[in-house]
Amino acid sequence: MSGMDIDKKLAVRTEGLTKQFGKNRLAVDNLDLDIKKGEIFSLLGPNGAGKTTTIKMLCCLLKPTGGTARIMGLDILKNPAKIKQIINVSPQETAVAPHLSVLENLVLVGQIYGLSGREAKRRAYRLIELMSLNERLRDPANKLSGGLLRRLSIAMALISDPKVLFLDEPTLGLDPKSRKTLWSLIRYLRGKKTVLLTTHYLEEADALADRIAIIDQGRLVALGTSEELKRQLGGMQVMTVKADSLSPAAMKNLKKIYPQTAIADSHLIIKAEKLDFNKVVDLLRGEGVKINWLSMKEPTLDEIYLKITGRSRDNEII
Amino acid sequence: MRLFSLAGRNMKEIYRDPISLILGIGMPVLLILLFTSIGKGAPVDIFMVDMLVPAVAIFSFGFLIMFSATLLVKDRQSAFLTRLLAAPLTSSDFILAYILPFIPFALLQIAASMVAGVALGMSFTSGTFYSLAILIPVAVICIGIGMVLGSLFTENQVAAAGSIIIVVISLFSGAWMDLEMVGGIFEKIGYILPFAHAVDASRAVINGAQLSAVSDKLYWIVSYLVVFICAGILSFWWKTKR
Ligand SMILES: Nc1ncnc2c1ncn2[C@@H]1O[C@H](COP(=O)(O)OP(=O)(O)O)[C@@H](O)[C@H]1O
Ligand SMILES: [Mg+2]
Repeated sequence: MSGMDIDKKLAVRTEGLTKQFGKNRLAVDNLDLDIKKGEIFSLLGPNGAGKTTTIKMLCCLLKPTGGTARIMGLDILKNPAKIKQIINVSPQETAVAPHLSVLENLVLVGQIYGLSGREAKRRAYRLIELMSLNERLRDPANKLSGGLLRRLSIAMALISDPKVLFLDEPTLGLDPKSRKTLWSLIRYLRGKKTVLLTTHYLEEADALADRIAIIDQGRLVALGTSEELKRQLGGMQVMTVKADSLSPAAMKNLKKIYPQTAIADSHLIIKAEKLDFNKVVDLLRGEGVKINWLSMKEPTLDEIYLKITGRSRDNEII
Repeated sequence: MRLFSLAGRNMKEIYRDPISLILGIGMPVLLILLFTSIGKGAPVDIFMVDMLVPAVAIFSFGFLIMFSATLLVKDRQSAFLTRLLAAPLTSSDFILAYILPFIPFALLQIAASMVAGVALGMSFTSGTFYSLAILIPVAVICIGIGMVLGSLFTENQVAAAGSIIIVVISLFSGAWMDLEMVGGIFEKIGYILPFAHAVDASRAVINGAQLSAVSDKLYWIVSYLVVFICAGILSFWWKTKR
């Protein structure tokens, strides 16, 4: 494929994108990413990984200290004015006008992006519908709960109908219910918009993104679909079996096939990259074991994330 | 269009905050009522209503510093400004949108002081109008100071610095005491700053002097105006440049 063809398929391409603050704080380190048009792409990483800095550079708010990026074929160093017309961003902080109503906030952003008052209003009403903000339409933004504020913030980013939408930690600090609601709204955008979403919640990247880039200390450490990452990085499938009359012989035979077999809490636990369900069941039955209960768990990104970043996200201070 | 949408938003943000209405407009009226009633018991020049009105108006511009700085610093800290900076707006859109909405607010402050003054017996003459030529530039100086604070400081720092400046204005403007009578360092500093010049000049004009008679004071004020507008623009630009 020639360079031109690649550019036609890509919404964002970063080339050695780097940002250094001061003398020795490398916030983003030589980042090479390709984001396809229509894709929901997630930048996943712990706090301080460089996610916000990356978004700020792509939005032409910060100048890279090295490398560059293109948004829909436009260079962020040469064409910031043109890029600003075709992107929009929902920043990490909620970023709404506190004394304006939901409707007024939306119309304001529409007009700032050059829409007529009428068109801005038309789109505002559609987005209010989409984000289920109907009942709060005339309420001032400073009266909204965290979850509704996030929805408003995303709606404000959508009103200019951007070609590329940047969502910086869209569910940061939300309760699980609001987070699920927001997820389904973001999922609705799949295939309709190119979305770059940053998060430090693994399940969020797993649930929403077509592809995930894991970054840590400014560097890209893994890239792929959720499935690919699990496979590439050796996540384990885990089978847990509750059984009667488990003989030592059965254990021994099982261990021959799956060395990581063990008993814990009187459950039989079998781990492997690829477990064959039937093989396990046949073997156990053949040994006269009675299976009472059985569960199978796919590998999670959790283990991988932990392995890569070397720390648990639970320890993070949000 | 883009400029007016943003300026309109900033205007709503000010006028919908009850604190800004109470402090910015209610306070000068209250001060005029208070001091004229004190003046009845103790007839001092500064408590005469036509002396009081311009002084109170200028003092009330201190709140303009507070409001314009607070609007800007809150937008910075809530990242609302980030959203705006990511939008296709020009630098002049930003700067004007954060200055213009405060001018009608300053006019309201002046009007409130004057209406209270006239109600208490101030005569309404052509000099009342001419005083606008002094008062409005002082208001713009204050908006400029607000932009500097709002661009460079945090919300707490803005609150502290704003209060200090309000105290400075009341001490060094000659609004509540005759600087020439106090003399010394107060008089010196007072006449280095623009506020005492503005109080003197607007008092003179309201009491029948021509603007040309206070032209030296007007130049002093306009110089400060230029300096603080530039400082406001520069600090905003410096803080938001990429
Ligand atoms: N304006 C700045 N000046 C200095 N250091 C900064 C600045 N912005 C971010 N950093 C640093 O850069 C690193 C990446 O920050 P950021 O991009 O905000 O991370 P994330 O969004 O992934 O949490 C952090 O170490 C942070 O402290
Ligand atoms: Mg961040």
